[in-house]
Amino acid sequence: MSISAQRTATRHIRSWLSTCLGKAAITTSRRLHFGGGTTFPGTLARWIDPAVLGYVTATLPQGVVLLSGTNGKTTTARMLANLLQADQRHVLHNRAGANLMSGLTTTAIAATDYLGRPRAHIGLFETDEAALPQAISETQPRLVLIHNLFRDQLDRYGEVDTIASAWRTALNTLPSTAHVLLNADDPAVASLGHALTAQVWYYGVEDPRHASGAAAHIADSHFCWRCSTRYTYSLAFYAHIGHYHCPHCHYARPEPQVRLVRLDLLGTTGSRLFVTFPGGALEVQLALPGFYNAINALAATTAGLALDVPPPHIRTALEGVSAAFGRIERLQAGVDGAPMLIALIKNPVGASETVRMLVEAQPASRPDAPALHLLIAINDRYADGTDVSWLWDADFEPLHGRIAGVHVSGTRAADMAVRLKYAGVPPEWIVIEPDLPRALDAALAALPTGATLSILPTYTAMLELRADLARRGWVRPFWEE
Amino acid sequence: MSTLVLQLAYLYPDHMSIYGDRGNIIALAQRCAWRGIQLNVVSVGVGDRVDWSAFDLAFFGGGQDSGQALIADDFLHRQSAGLCRAIEDGLALLAICGGYQLLGHYFLTHTGERLPGVGVLDVHTVGGKKRLIGNIVIEAILDEEQPSVTRLVGFENHSGRTYHGPRARSLGRVLVGYGDNGEDGTGGTVYRNTIGCYLHGSLLPKNPQLADYMLRAALRRRYGSTAMLPALDDALELHAQRSMVERLLPR
Repeated sequence: MSISAQRTATRHIRSWLSTCLGKAAITTSRRLHFGGGTTFPGTLARWIDPAVLGYVTATLPQGVVLLSGTNGKTTTARMLANLLQADQRHVLHNRAGANLMSGLTTTAIAATDYLGRPRAHIGLFETDEAALPQAISETQPRLVLIHNLFRDQLDRYGEVDTIASAWRTALNTLPSTAHVLLNADDPAVASLGHALTAQVWYYGVEDPRHASGAAAHIADSHFCWRCSTRYTYSLAFYAHIGHYHCPHCHYARPEPQVRLVRLDLLGTTGSRLFVTFPGGALEVQLALPGFYNAINALAATTAGLALDVPPPHIRTALEGVSAAFGRIERLQAGVDGAPMLIALIKNPVGASETVRMLVEAQPASRPDAPALHLLIAINDRYADGTDVSWLWDADFEPLHGRIAGVHVSGTRAADMAVRLKYAGVPPEWIVIEPDLPRALDAALAALPTGATLSILPTYTAMLELRADLARRGWVRPFWEE
Repeated sequence: MSTLVLQLAYLYPDHMSIYGDRGNIIALAQRCAWRGIQLNVVSVGVGDRVDWSAFDLAFFGGGQDSGQALIADDFLHRQSAGLCRAIEDGLALLAICGGYQLLGHYFLTHTGERLPGVGVLDVHTVGGKKRLIGNIVIEAILDEEQPSVTRLVGFENHSGRTYHGPRARSLGRVLVGYGDNGEDGTGGTVYRNTIGCYLHGSLLPKNPQLADYMLRAALRRRYGSTAMLPALDDALELHAQRSMVERLLPR
């Protein structure tokens, strides 16, 4: 055997060994009820063979799709997985939302047999913003979709500019056979499409009825990427998302190929979308509420089209999508129990949009009859971001006059209480209970008959909530989904 | 009695507003509103002309590197002379992170470039590679005449290390975290009614003593020493402050 053939063989054996041990770790972790085992097996496998992810994904007949952005990744990836499944494709998908390299690797080896053969046609990975460049380099994806870029966990990710520039470098390595799909309405994302070798498609919202005036104060990327002049917006949807152009160098929002030309929002229950694309159009009844779920559906549609999913399948699949856990999900507190709505909040833009949706979905309530019952759980663990400054960039002010009662919980319950007080919520209506199960009990006990409890947790608070709801028998553990 | 009115200048909110520093403006505005004081917040952007004598309060936050580069020139050439006169005259100014650095003598980047500041605070900053990130508690004496100690809580996230010159008075001593440079335990600088530090969090909502210290200084500047600041019920704010102190400084 030549030296190079020997090296190749050693490589393969190492990757195979890494896959087997990773798989064994997944099985063990579930048997022993350590939890989902969604990241540790991947960490172990990568320790044995740092190239294992590329080794496994290279054998996928239809390649790898990566999906990233600050908000909406989990929901968009779920939608896209449904689309692909409706088209009879077996999808390898990190559905539980473990989106760092360890999570991607765990997903990949879980769907591989002990001979290293994948049991799927295509890989679909929701990918953490900071991990995207490495994921691109390891998996050589056929398609990368970038949805948006907002301020999020500055303690962990650094500045928005830093992320955008790392993305740009990574996207530049993709060949002309690859697709890059970008949100035309986000200037920080759309500008990434400039001068790439890969094929670039844009998607965007064209329904002016959803514009809300001037670009909001949390806009991070409202300065031209070429000449640093402030963009002028003809339409501003939220944060820095909208129709923009630079008055100085005339850089402007690119014309999207896939357009959401009409969007009707139907309260907290759903929305109706009319999407056009080159050579066709599509009408979809979405069972998920809110403006940003509609944009998630638009992104998933664009990816479906780029992956040759027939439009009728896109439509049926989108109409069957239910909320990912905690992403504006409706649950009941047990049989005949009170209705609960769970909406993850993790950064200023997402939190502001959630607050806006909750307030707008209320019937125009009289000042003397506020209708919102809230449980807000703010943790500052690593996965949440240890800096809770973001609470002050989020708009909680629309809650003023709309809250009938609010319980705050989590490791930063006290910070949230202060935030609500300064948003105009009377302090005597705010109950602080750092322990989440006890806070849930108290919030449910205080809930009038017929009212809905809206629960707004940060990421780790959502996981705690999920575990607590599973203990109560109200939901299944997340890895069984 | 006619309504008390205060004017606040919010320096470069488009470029220098990161890590929730907007909360400081919200805190000052609400703490005025709850007392029937009218606070007018005026944004100062690149190219704006400002009569600094009309202002009682000012806030200057931190920004992304790109944002800071965009405003530095305007700040040094258009605003610094008027602002420094107002500082000498008792303007209550809070400067955090990038704003703090620009009030010092200079910023030495890690590539060796020396970026000038206005020099109103006797400090200078040296760029570092590792970012200093985490919760911070400093023990501050806000009023030199009333030596009661306040433990201020916040969150720091900076790569610049700020060193104090002989004329700089420390805002406080670092109990938890890195502080101005991670070496000598200094946490912020006070000069007249100007405070510079690295505490995000937001700083003022959770540290009502400091918010009121600034409002008292602003009232003094506008209405003289007779203007009183009525007390507020700060139970929630002090609870948030105390719970972080207790978590970070176990007894």
